[in-house]
Amino acid sequence: MALRTLASKKTLSLALGGGARPLAAAAAARGVATTVSLPDLPYDFGALEPAISGEIMRLHHQKHHATYVANYNKALEQLDAAVSKGDASAVVQLQGAIKFNGGGHVNHSIFWKNLKPISEGGGEPPHGKLGWAIDEHFGSFEALVKKMNAEGAALQGSGWVWLALDKEAKKLSVETTPNQDPLVTKGASLVPLLGIDVWEHAYYLQYKNVKPDYLNNIWKVMNWKYAGEVYENVLA
Amino acid sequence: MFNIRRQGGLTRRFSKVVSYYGLTTPPYKLDALEPYMSRRTVELHWGKHHQDYVDGLNKQLATSPLYGHTLEELIKEAYNNGNPLPEYNNAAQVWNHLFFWESMQPEGGGSPEGGVLQQIEKDFGSFTNFREEFIRSASQLLGSGWVWLVLKRTEKKLAVVHTRNAISPLAFGDIVCLLDPFFKMFNIFSINFAMTSHVLFLQPIISLDLWEHAYYLDYKDDRRSYVTNFIDHVVSWHTVTLRMMRAESFVNLGEPTIPVA
Ligand SMILES: [Fe+2]
Ligand SMILES: [Fe+2]
Repeated sequence: MALRTLASKKTLSLALGGGARPLAAAAAARGVATTVSLPDLPYDFGALEPAISGEIMRLHHQKHHATYVANYNKALEQLDAAVSKGDASAVVQLQGAIKFNGGGHVNHSIFWKNLKPISEGGGEPPHGKLGWAIDEHFGSFEALVKKMNAEGAALQGSGWVWLALDKEAKKLSVETTPNQDPLVTKGASLVPLLGIDVWEHAYYLQYKNVKPDYLNNIWKVMNWKYAGEVYENVLA
Repeated sequence: MFNIRRQGGLTRRFSKVVSYYGLTTPPYKLDALEPYMSRRTVELHWGKHHQDYVDGLNKQLATSPLYGHTLEELIKEAYNNGNPLPEYNNAAQVWNHLFFWESMQPEGGGSPEGGVLQQIEKDFGSFTNFREEFIRSASQLLGSGWVWLVLKRTEKKLAVVHTRNAISPLAFGDIVCLLDPFFKMFNIFSINFAMTSHVLFLQPIISLDLWEHAYYLDYKDDRRSYVTNFIDHVVSWHTVTLRMMRAESFVNLGEPTIPVA
């Protein structure tokens, strides 16, 4: 039983970081792997046009994210069974699927919050404390955008570009993670303020091979209000 | 076998605009793989993505000490025993794509015959097993990369492997790999080779591109159908036969190379 509890806790903390403590606590208390579900998009599929097409948003949410959710739940179930049976090698083998699908679920859940239709304030540059912090760390808002675009364009294969807040050092930084690795894999104290999906599925139907255009346009629908709130909450 | 060789080497000193490697055309019309791979996909994949890798590599070589190799040598050099140099990604992707175009043909697929079939049956049990393993290996690659049929030259045995991003098994052709720590570190293969240290000579026989750009326009998130159609309808067993005969001719020696002056 102790092992089961440990496995569930570890699984969740790996994938969810600090963001879902009640869920993790509940799972740990029951000693079973909990399940996750696909969050609703806080806007219509077409609401981010022309920056991101409705077709991309629909496939991205309904197919890609939904698949990460389904496979994450499946892997958690298998993990629970493997731990119950004391099958150590199966546990080890499942770690890849858990990290990938759990990361995929968390990363996309953050991504949807990072975006906002222009009519609702998407694209408005950050004000307040985050705005000041960006100027301080990167020189200017434009310099941050340029840096994130450059790192996104240079990323080989599939992955994410993040604006990260180190909650211990209280510093902002730009990070990249491969595949579906969540930001915490780059440092336990890193909190994602913004994540940009640079998998090809995030832009291919609309932008084809021209990844830099996707990166330029996504700032037009960036939800800086969300990023600013996370920033202030973490440092409060 | 490959048409890509350095070009214009002599003009290098005299001109700023030089082409070290060229983009070769696929050995069929761009719509010849329809309906399994659309003309639009091949146009973009070959005309943009593959071209971008060629251009990117040439740009790097203009100021690189690695200038002057054949592409295969360049990949091995730039792989640098697992600490890839900046040129590695572009070099490997130029080669991987070229190899990929030649891995396909119109009205391909089906089952191989003769010696290739015998070898597959020997190493996988049956052609069906091979097909399933190829599809399974592709589904186990999480993220961008490639799935390959390779010939392990020392054992004369076929195997299916997948690699991440730009990694090409070609780089392992002539270097000593300590399998376990090496592959764990680079997270290259998911299949279990014997977890002992030994020299690994992998000769690529088939490559299938598993980056999303390879199938997204035609299949969206349905990678499985893309892989299944590749193996059932477009893989070129003709090319496979040629590649295996060639690899086997040099099986104990490694392919002879022409020294660079
Ligand atoms: Fe995505
Ligand atoms: Fe490709």
